[in-house]
Amino acid sequence: MKRQPGTLARYTAGARINHWLNAIILILLALSGLALFHPSLFFLTALFGGGTWAAFLHPWLGVALIVTFAGLFFRFWRYNIWERSDTEWMNKIRDVMAARDENLPEVGRYNAGQKLVFWLMTIAILCLFFSGIVLWQNPPWQANLTIGQMRLAAVVHASAAVIIICVWIVHLYAAIWVKGTVSAMTRGIVTGGWAWKHHRKWLREEAAKGPK
Amino acid sequence: MATMQSLEVMRSSASTAAPPSVADATPVAKLIDVSKCIGCKACQAACMEWNDLRDEVGYNVGVYDNPSDLTENSWTLMRFSEVEEPDGHLEWLIRKDGCMHCADPGCLKACPAPGAIVQYSNGIVDFVSDNCIGCGYCVKGCPFNIPRISKADHKAHKCTLCSDRVAVGQIPACAKACPTQAITFGTKEDRIEWAEARIADLKERGYDQAGLYDPPGVGGTHVMYVLKHADRPEIYANLPKDPKISGLVEAWKGWPKPVALAGIGLTALIGLVHYVRNGPNRVGEEDEEKGNRVLGQGE
Repeated sequence: MKRQPGTLARYTAGARINHWLNAIILILLALSGLALFHPSLFFLTALFGGGTWAAFLHPWLGVALIVTFAGLFFRFWRYNIWERSDTEWMNKIRDVMAARDENLPEVGRYNAGQKLVFWLMTIAILCLFFSGIVLWQNPPWQANLTIGQMRLAAVVHASAAVIIICVWIVHLYAAIWVKGTVSAMTRGIVTGGWAWKHHRKWLREEAAKGPK
Repeated sequence: MATMQSLEVMRSSASTAAPPSVADATPVAKLIDVSKCIGCKACQAACMEWNDLRDEVGYNVGVYDNPSDLTENSWTLMRFSEVEEPDGHLEWLIRKDGCMHCADPGCLKACPAPGAIVQYSNGIVDFVSDNCIGCGYCVKGCPFNIPRISKADHKAHKCTLCSDRVAVGQIPACAKACPTQAITFGTKEDRIEWAEARIADLKERGYDQAGLYDPPGVGGTHVMYVLKHADRPEIYANLPKDPKISGLVEAWKGWPKPVALAGIGLTALIGLVHYVRNGPNRVGEEDEEKGNRVLGQGE
């Protein structure tokens, strides 16, 4: 992408489409999953055409998610490797929350919070996928599973689901709180000022590459 | 099955509000006296007949069990066990397997669909297919491995204790058909009394471990057995010795659930409070200038 004055490219169109597909599927999974999680939320099944439809669609949405998430994982994993400065950033989480950026180490493409979200999502989705395979009603492999395994899978599935929803709330809130972030995922670009304030090391690296 | 108008629902799956309840029905029970059973399978045939069930004709797997397991179309099944006793003699034990109609039903606890599993005030646990979503959670909740999901309608099925017959004052089809009175039906109190007489009789005949199977771990059951070897229920085709709702199911369906929901709500609330207290994290003009200077340097 040709750089417009004052902006720099953060996500390609492919990455953005991949992200939003993943987001839609994750939200549908959360809604259909929560519908069966607690009686007080069963009304959410109406969004899917009733309980039978919600129970039927949920596992297939899970299969779709593992595909879209694999796309995101292989795009971004190398930028999410934990570094020493990330630990330092994490230790100064109070400064982060108070937006005292001047006290924080310079951040590369992703900060420690974003990396944590990335890895927690990855682990939770793997847990959800494998426990979901065990919980899935009717597929042929079910005959080889014991009821004990299914019960364990139910507990793992519900726990991982609660964790991923909380992580998702953190992810969403960060995007709302830190102004200028959302355009990275809608138009693919951020301003130079946003990069200077939040990802200074990344800004320097991108600037050093020169215009594309 | 649909809910019986003449039976009052006492408990309903996935329902946080208590169902209306005024009638105080007498708990009923089916008593299966294993020592009187001759393995004729009349109960299986009667169950098929009354409930209009026709299972697939299967294969002989080398034992008398036919079919070899409970299915969505076989709600009751004679299980035959050949047990060699330490003194060398052979015990041929026959147990009529099927839903035990627990007072504390694991299936009902696990079910996420409101009203898909109900417990009537007389103790019968019934599946209401109209509300069933076919998720299979009841299979995970049951301590006796009873419910089966149909491949035809993708809904859960099991013995209804002939709730439709009981509702109109009839005894279950299996009890009606039993030629030896091994299966009897009545109020739970009466059945316990009957069982006690049978147990006394068995003890007199040398079965000093004879007893009633009414497991307290699930609050007692509305299907009970008289066993000659009540100290070893597991020899009767793995009848569990102390069945209870699995700890995993309790964790999955019990108090952690509202706590988890509160945790999700709290996470969102923390976000809200943070935003309201701190306001948005904006990029200043100074930042833009500095950022653009770095970008300009690169170009």
